[in-house]
Amino acid sequence: MTEKTDITLTVNGRDFAVTVEPRRTLADTIRDDCGQTGTHIGCEHGVCGACTVLLDGEPVRSCLMFAVQAEGREIRTVEGLAADGALSPLQQAFIDNHALQCGFCTPGFLMLATGVLERDPDIGEDELREVLSSNLCRCTGYQNIVKAVKSAAATMKAGR
Amino acid sequence: MSDRAMGRIGESVTRLEDPPLVTGRGRFAGDINLAHQLHMRLLRSPVAHGRIKTVDVEAARAMPGVYAVWTFDDIRDVPPIDFREGRIEKYEPFRQYILARDRVRYVGEPVAAVFAADPYAAEDAADAILAEFEELPAITDGADAPGAFDDAGHRTEADIVTQGYGDVEKAFAKAAHVIEREFVVGRHSGVPLETRGAIGHYDAAHDVLELHGAAKVPHRNREALARMFGRPLNAVHLFESHVGGGFGVRGELYPEDVLVCAAALRFGRPVKWIEDRMEHLLATNHSRQQRHRIRAAVDADGRLLAIDDTFFHDQGAYIRTHGARVITMTCGILPGPYKVADYRATGHFRLTNKTPAATYRSPGRFESTFVRERLMDAIADELGIGRLELRRRNAVGPEDMPYALPLVVLGDDVEYDNGDYVGLLDKALDHVGWDALQADLQRRRAAGEAVGAGVAMFVEKSGLGPSDGAKVTVDPSGAVELITGGASIGQGFETCMAQICADALGVDYRKVRVVHGQTNRIEFGIGAHASRATVMTGSATNEAALLVRAKALDVASDLLQAPADTLDIQDGVVFRKDNPDGPSVGLGEIATQLLPTRKTLGGREPGLMAEGWFHSDHQTYPFGCHIAVVKVDRETGHVGVERYVIAYDIGRAVNPMLVEGQISGGFAQGLGGALYEEFVYDERGQPQSVTFADYLLPTAREVPDIELLLREDAPSPRNPLGIKGAGEAGVTGVGAAIASAIDDALQMPGAVTQLPVTPQRLKVLLDGARD
Ligand code: FES
Ligand code: FES
Repeated sequence: MTEKTDITLTVNGRDFAVTVEPRRTLADTIRDDCGQTGTHIGCEHGVCGACTVLLDGEPVRSCLMFAVQAEGREIRTVEGLAADGALSPLQQAFIDNHALQCGFCTPGFLMLATGVLERDPDIGEDELREVLSSNLCRCTGYQNIVKAVKSAAATMKAGR
Repeated sequence: MSDRAMGRIGESVTRLEDPPLVTGRGRFAGDINLAHQLHMRLLRSPVAHGRIKTVDVEAARAMPGVYAVWTFDDIRDVPPIDFREGRIEKYEPFRQYILARDRVRYVGEPVAAVFAADPYAAEDAADAILAEFEELPAITDGADAPGAFDDAGHRTEADIVTQGYGDVEKAFAKAAHVIEREFVVGRHSGVPLETRGAIGHYDAAHDVLELHGAAKVPHRNREALARMFGRPLNAVHLFESHVGGGFGVRGELYPEDVLVCAAALRFGRPVKWIEDRMEHLLATNHSRQQRHRIRAAVDADGRLLAIDDTFFHDQGAYIRTHGARVITMTCGILPGPYKVADYRATGHFRLTNKTPAATYRSPGRFESTFVRERLMDAIADELGIGRLELRRRNAVGPEDMPYALPLVVLGDDVEYDNGDYVGLLDKALDHVGWDALQADLQRRRAAGEAVGAGVAMFVEKSGLGPSDGAKVTVDPSGAVELITGGASIGQGFETCMAQICADALGVDYRKVRVVHGQTNRIEFGIGAHASRATVMTGSATNEAALLVRAKALDVASDLLQAPADTLDIQDGVVFRKDNPDGPSVGLGEIATQLLPTRKTLGGREPGLMAEGWFHSDHQTYPFGCHIAVVKVDRETGHVGVERYVIAYDIGRAVNPMLVEGQISGGFAQGLGGALYEEFVYDERGQPQSVTFADYLLPTAREVPDIELLLREDAPSPRNPLGIKGAGEAGVTGVGAAIASAIDDALQMPGAVTQLPVTPQRLKVLLDGARD
């Protein structure tokens, strides 16, 4: 199990050359080998969504993938959302709507919602709730998360 | 002066905590890495009860990357984990050793510890340990007959805890009606989204033992660790960083915390442990599980003459840091908002072969509110009095305040401070439009829908004393540092404290840097539990900030040549009230004048800083009520919540937006406990809920938006700010209100007797009614 391979991961547009065991998860690699600890691990069995990152634009559970599977693909994490120090509309909406308490689930929700709004900016409320129900939050009771995503969607639309 | 939000008390300003958390720059336990650290992995017991026959670690020790493997023999010198409040002799035999000695008593109990260079290697090595157990019969229900705890003659009934007053037997003898019921609350827990983590580090250069990843009660755990390792208090320090949810379970002193410290001391290398989710569900404190046999004596009008409650508290395998806290609390708060002439509660404190239990948000109150409110419904139904009318007749009134009971919660005599319980109920009923709602529900039921409404009332407690302190310092740049012994578990502590400080001092809350959870910054601290932080630490912060304000005005009065009482401070600038646009001086300048080297000191103590203390003899008792409207699907047994109203009198809200957040979050947890979450065990004590696929946390689909009626009608007379805690109000009444609403939806009075009301349980009820 200890034979390692050299791979290059592209995280938020930057290349990271890492040496990993084939069994090493993408989540662990992003965190420990690339040093991007904004991506969190809440269950390691694909339920909580704290580890959600965008892989070629699609939200995926990075705890369920091996790092070697992500080679050559474009990985985006929470660290890449703010451009030149300016928060993305979603990040700002999370603050304005008190959509986080402990903040542990937040990177996962931000990446999930970023992926969703990029794909479907006009998503309806029911469908949005349905999508957001794929991640867990233990602190907020979700209502402010839903509110924040809706308000960010509106801001983004106004800015289009 | 500008009129932008300064974050005064009462303003819903955004949180100081958020910017790093939305950008991925948080620093949770898993994000902390120290040079040359080792990773710990535990081998945990696969059996619920058994004698350890062999633990062969040779193969594991020989594996690549493995530094050491420990069993009980390696930590013989480390005592079992003590109680937070110090020695409690009669519970001492039931304390947990950090690695199992001779026997294992629950699935998940640590048996051996592997230390390796990499977490994957540590896990491989733990798998290679050969352990054999001789399985013993398991006790899996706290209401079953007690058995032997050990070979020294201790039984699994650790204690019988009683509280009460008056002559209960006499009351029952003369009662017009006696109503008797059995109610069961399931086993659930806080389950924060971040699992636990601990990093032990021995700083040999300064001879200091450090524990990183601390939470909740760092100062208390520091005392415990110092005792366990025989070190002076100032040679042990705990550090809290970001914490991914606490809810009562995180931050207690667990075996793993002590293990990483012991290993760091012995190896001279940092040792890191991060819990995985399966471990979390097996090893972190469970809570709630109780079976109550309760009876009420009432007169012909439904007035409560007496309550007599006997209950079985399923403690799990060991008594952890809390001792008997939950069971005592249950006894002390069960009467809640009602006048009960005579009262007796008898709690059987029973050990079972399951994960040890302790507090989870609203400990003793979620349980007792369910039991009491179910009992009130039963009395109402049996006597043919309306469920609301019965509550009105029995509620403690504003004229009874302060209302003292010869009961104790958390070592504090119960004395409700103030409030109009029925008044708040009326406001909540008004808010939902109760009569119209009833008519609508009736119409829908007549059309075949299973819809109904339920109400629960409760009294909370918060702000346990006796004392807490805080330090405020303004530096020459005008920046403010507030050092507290509080802890932040994600509830917005920094923002609330900054607001209180800013309000008292006269600065923008964004200027205040709040320090918490660092034992090397402040000598004492109460941490964050039992909804104490806002009340105790907040009041201490207020004191300290007022002292700094007074000192600033004193210096400014010299500089501005005006008496101090003609001056005011806003946005960090001191000016004359009668001439706001005239001469002024900034707090930074005043701090400069107070440098020890300055002549301007003029006999004052150097520094624009002060330490403030707040002392309190009694807790404060916020109160509230919940109203649930549910719809039951008769085919699937699914319960959908259509509306949920929470009315809560918080006394005074520091930041209403954060209070609302606390209450919505608490509600979601209450809903989990009412409908979905449960740690299930089979008859051999094998846990069945070990992943998020079996232990079901509510998602955005299940949790409806709540309607919150936040009132500030009854500011607490017990602290200068009038504040009461908010942490638990969302949870407390949920089980009770949902149960009552389900009864109503099914038109089966008293149907729900057990939480959670899973679809399976509801199907059984419905099928039973059909036969
Ligand atoms: S950590 Fe990946 S889904 Fe929970
Ligand atoms: S904010 Fe704590 S888990 Fe979502």
